[in-house]
Amino acid sequence: MLNRRLFSAFAALAFLTASSFSAVAQDKSIVVASTTSTQDSGLFDYLLPLFKAKTGIDVKVIAQGTGQALDTARRGDADVVFVHAKAQEEKFLSEGFGVKRYDVMYNDFVLIGPKSDPAGIKGTKDITAAFAAVLAKQAPFVSRGDKSGTHSAELKLWKEAGVDIDTAKGEWYRDIGQGMGAALNTAGAMNAYVLADRGTWLSFKNRGDLEVVVEGDKRLFNQYGVMLVNPEKFPTVKADLGQSFIDYLVSDEGQKAISEYKIDGQQLFFPNASRDPS
Amino acid sequence: MSDSLSAWELIISGDATLYAIVRLSLAVSLSAVAIAVLVGLPLGAAVALTRFRGRTALIVLLNGFMGLPPVVVGLTVFLLLSRSGPLGVFGILFTPLAMVIAQALLVVPIIASLSRQTIEDLWHEYRDELTAMNVGAAGRMATLLWDSRYSLLTALLAGFGRAAAEVGTVMIVGGNIDGFTRTMTTTIALETSKGNLPLAMGLGLILITLILMINAAAWGVRVWSEQRAG
Repeated sequence: MLNRRLFSAFAALAFLTASSFSAVAQDKSIVVASTTSTQDSGLFDYLLPLFKAKTGIDVKVIAQGTGQALDTARRGDADVVFVHAKAQEEKFLSEGFGVKRYDVMYNDFVLIGPKSDPAGIKGTKDITAAFAAVLAKQAPFVSRGDKSGTHSAELKLWKEAGVDIDTAKGEWYRDIGQGMGAALNTAGAMNAYVLADRGTWLSFKNRGDLEVVVEGDKRLFNQYGVMLVNPEKFPTVKADLGQSFIDYLVSDEGQKAISEYKIDGQQLFFPNASRDPS
Repeated sequence: MSDSLSAWELIISGDATLYAIVRLSLAVSLSAVAIAVLVGLPLGAAVALTRFRGRTALIVLLNGFMGLPPVVVGLTVFLLLSRSGPLGVFGILFTPLAMVIAQALLVVPIIASLSRQTIEDLWHEYRDELTAMNVGAAGRMATLLWDSRYSLLTALLAGFGRAAAEVGTVMIVGGNIDGFTRTMTTTIALETSKGNLPLAMGLGLILITLILMINAAAWGVRVWSEQRAG
């Protein structure tokens, strides 16, 4: 009898749980593993309702660093990846986890720093010279340290500046292993320099004493790409719905929508879709 | 949720997103506590009233697991539920159900441990009487559970507090998906990372207020039923 009572209690609970969650559960939905920059910049809040209105598809975004987003997809836990580190994306493709890669849009990285500018680099257009100056002055520098697209870009810039960061890093180099927003908060609190994508910077609210110190170097170019996770690897991938999302992003309509997303009159992302995927 | 509004303006204007987040947080944490009660109370009572080999080890284990690191529980549940994991076929990673499972795992040891201690203490008081009245094992368990219900309520509230305040596990297994698995705590973490500190703080105060209200309601139920019992 106790068993039966327990069973009915479980059944009641299961019903309660199912009914309280059904309001938000949707069948026609895909999971997109993407980056903190696309979420924190507010792009998805703007773009996804437009896509849903057109297709009825709910897009569930998991915002992670590029490295983690690709790993989520490698486990089969996402249908689409929308990230920004071309080398990592091409590796993902060559491992057979992705179907095709499409360029979607770009923006640029900016070097953010305190107004006091301890490394004396404000206004320079040469990003590697600026990095070298930060090292020479041992000025505080915050690194994402999370294998994200921005972290990859930062490591590439140290290399191009002729610095072996693994041996050069000291107390001045603060590897925090967190997202873009957290890195900006940390830099603000420590009067440190930090490499950020412009989208997150423009939408970031807690700027304090921080400002853009270096921008405009063509090595700061930041390309975003989108890929469908290979349904041959994971049969659970919603290939049709996922492809609809990709098709929308690279369509004239999607590209126009991306170009129209602005904060305080500033455009955050610049569409440059490739119709011929790599 | 609009960034320009403060948390209090969101409450006063009845912001639909905020209410959906609050409702989801409560549904997840209350479900987790309900499951934990169904598992933890019988487990606690059984350990309190029976003697077997390895009992001491089990008690130490349950007590120790009250301090399970949420991030480790989150990672474990994540690996189990991932499409590449043993339970991947059910496709419940990044859903509210995944968050319920993870929170329930955190709460079971709290309810089992605290109820075990409570029931064992009461058993010492009742032993002679219940033995003299020749009450069977199930009857003893029922009597002790009922007579310690107010102390068990505290255990339950401790479990709810743990579940509702939790952010590490739900972030990992829920994915913080807007409108689907975004809870109060993950929203606070997200708004903090966006540098939206006043909104994050306001949401934090709402969460604390909610937890206090639930505790006050539980206290009210206790006072009411004590008065009714005379």
